[in-house]
Amino acid sequence: MAMRKVAVVGAGMTRFVRRALETGKELSYEASKMALDYCDLTLDEVDCVVHGTAPDSFDGVHMKGEYLSDGSGAWRKPYTRCYVGGGTGVFAPIHGWYHVASGLFDICLVVCEEKMSSCQPHPQGAFLTIFDHTTERPLKPNLLWIFAMEMNRYMHTYGLKKEDIALVSVKNKRNAADHPCSLLGDANITLQDVLNSEVLAWPVQRLDVSPVTDGAVALVLAAEHVARRICDKPIWIEGVGWNLDTAYWTNRDLCYPRYVEKAARMAYEMAGITEPRKQIHIAEPYDPFDYKELHHLEGLMLFDRGKAPEATALGITQRNGDLPVCPSGGLLGVGNPIAAAGLMKVAELFWQLRGEAGARQVPGQPRRGVAQAWGDLMQVGTVAVLGV
Amino acid sequence: MTVKIDKFPGVYLHESDFEQGRVLYNTWDPQAQYAWDAGIAIGRYLSELKQGHLVGVRCNQCRRTVVPPRAFCEWCFRPMDDWVNLPDTGTVNTFSLCYVTWDMQYLTEPQIPAVIDIDGTRPSVGIMHLLGDVDPKKVHIGMRVQAVWKPEEERTGSILDIRHFKPV
Amino acid sequence: MAILNKPDKVHQAIAWHGDIPITNRYTAGVAGERFFREVKENGKFMGTRCPECDLIYVPATMFCERCFAELDEWVQVENQGQVVTYTILYWDLDDQPLAVPLVLALVQLDGSDGGLVHYLGETDPEDVYIGMEVEAVLKDPAEREGSILDIRHFRPIQV
Repeated sequence: MAMRKVAVVGAGMTRFVRRALETGKELSYEASKMALDYCDLTLDEVDCVVHGTAPDSFDGVHMKGEYLSDGSGAWRKPYTRCYVGGGTGVFAPIHGWYHVASGLFDICLVVCEEKMSSCQPHPQGAFLTIFDHTTERPLKPNLLWIFAMEMNRYMHTYGLKKEDIALVSVKNKRNAADHPCSLLGDANITLQDVLNSEVLAWPVQRLDVSPVTDGAVALVLAAEHVARRICDKPIWIEGVGWNLDTAYWTNRDLCYPRYVEKAARMAYEMAGITEPRKQIHIAEPYDPFDYKELHHLEGLMLFDRGKAPEATALGITQRNGDLPVCPSGGLLGVGNPIAAAGLMKVAELFWQLRGEAGARQVPGQPRRGVAQAWGDLMQVGTVAVLGV
Repeated sequence: MTVKIDKFPGVYLHESDFEQGRVLYNTWDPQAQYAWDAGIAIGRYLSELKQGHLVGVRCNQCRRTVVPPRAFCEWCFRPMDDWVNLPDTGTVNTFSLCYVTWDMQYLTEPQIPAVIDIDGTRPSVGIMHLLGDVDPKKVHIGMRVQAVWKPEEERTGSILDIRHFKPV
Repeated sequence: MAILNKPDKVHQAIAWHGDIPITNRYTAGVAGERFFREVKENGKFMGTRCPECDLIYVPATMFCERCFAELDEWVQVENQGQVVTYTILYWDLDDQPLAVPLVLALVQLDGSDGGLVHYLGETDPEDVYIGMEVEAVLKDPAEREGSILDIRHFRPIQV
């Protein structure tokens, strides 16, 4: 396949907040404008726009892509919305990537937005519909069930304790204290704080979970000849991958995300990565729950199955460790406006690889990172590898 | 970024801003009510539940027997070959002790959702249901359980025709 | 033998009933906050002007969708305008006949490039025409809540 090289040349984001004053359009605008300003582009230089946003029912607007289009800079441009549930945030830049890699467009603005506070009394009312309406919803499930049961299975399979997993939450919330947009950053949080937080759906406790959040993030993608002209240090999208497992979640192995592995293999092959543990310097796996970071690190083949907790305990995944994981602070710390949270991870790689992450900067001039998101009915994996 | 940008947009509101009228807003109830067709496979699943039977389907090509039933095999993309009567017993694959409802109301007694791998499926696969008649502290992965059915006259053709699963 | 091909005597068409139990709460937003407060508190309609594109947005927006400039020039527009298009409703959302037909119109406010969708009142539906001059009828100040319903309706301007 003859595909063009594609780079990220600009990024922008709003603060992640529990309830935003801004409408979804306004949040999208703020992030998009910042991303364009970052690389000194005007809207008329943008060839196409890609929007990623999760269920319509969060914002409470059907055809949400259309509703958010003006704030995303899509006026009279080729515009599409993509949606793979929680995996959307990393899928949107993949969607943008193939717009540019194909040769169809030179500059693509990628925007992700979520305004979950619109959904009352709780976004769970919308999340519920991921359960089958006839065979599962009559049991009156809540979303936590599915995560709690997956976490329990993971703990059981590898003989893990809550302490092993809660360390992820401590690390990410501490990392997020250095993120100017974070909702739950806390430099002083301790393991005991997490272990003593209220039990929601055992083994899931309050501080094991990322919060309901409003926010938006945007990236500017450019083809190689444009990127080299407008950007002093383009960050290349070296590989992309995505994969979906069965829609019958109770029929699936809950202790290992095989779909993430398949997505990662696709992305690594494209990026020419043969030894991910040596060739990847930063990871931003999806961490809506603390165990998910561990789960996904294993699916990304960065640690052996069941061994990510041990690596976490050894400090390997700290910002100054051998493999910094979620130096941004992740969803647990920065917040989880679903699609925007995934794109925040790609934006973090952009800033980290450019050496512009400020207090969050991982040492040692990292040259390659991987971002990953996960969603749909807990069975889609979306992976992007970025490099200098 | 963060080196180059000193101020990020995004205005944080508190719940009291809404309660005390400091911010303008309006509300809308979408009245999203649905009648979802059960379809061929789940339609029969529900009918059999009403009669006190748990049924699955078999794919001869993939050599698997699965539940909940589906009209086609998502692996080989052929119609499923046959219906299979399954026992109403199984093994707890995983579970949770849940102390909150979907709208975050607290429960003093936990609900115990579980994935229950149903006997007779191959490879072993499960359905989601609740556990009952059990001390929450004693629930464990690998526990053998059996369905507790509603009396026949109360059954309506629903997954709720099984009240819950209890330890054997 | 495939189950799709087999008539199923047990199965009869079944539908499972349920809902999506949510209510939406929409903030007016950065621009909406000021737009609706001006209506509520001062009975005025304000738009935002994009000097680059020479457009006045009503309802006011915080940015120009065409050039992406942030808009901070607020200008008052008229409480009256022209009917751009309209429809006459005889049935309600639940498919029940309305005792009195409702007229819904898009009204472009004079001095702006935008408009509001609202009801027309104090007129016979048969007298409505495109291009008709209409004015906003606001609720009493005490009744206004900072919503689009602070406008009762638009009515024809008596010449």
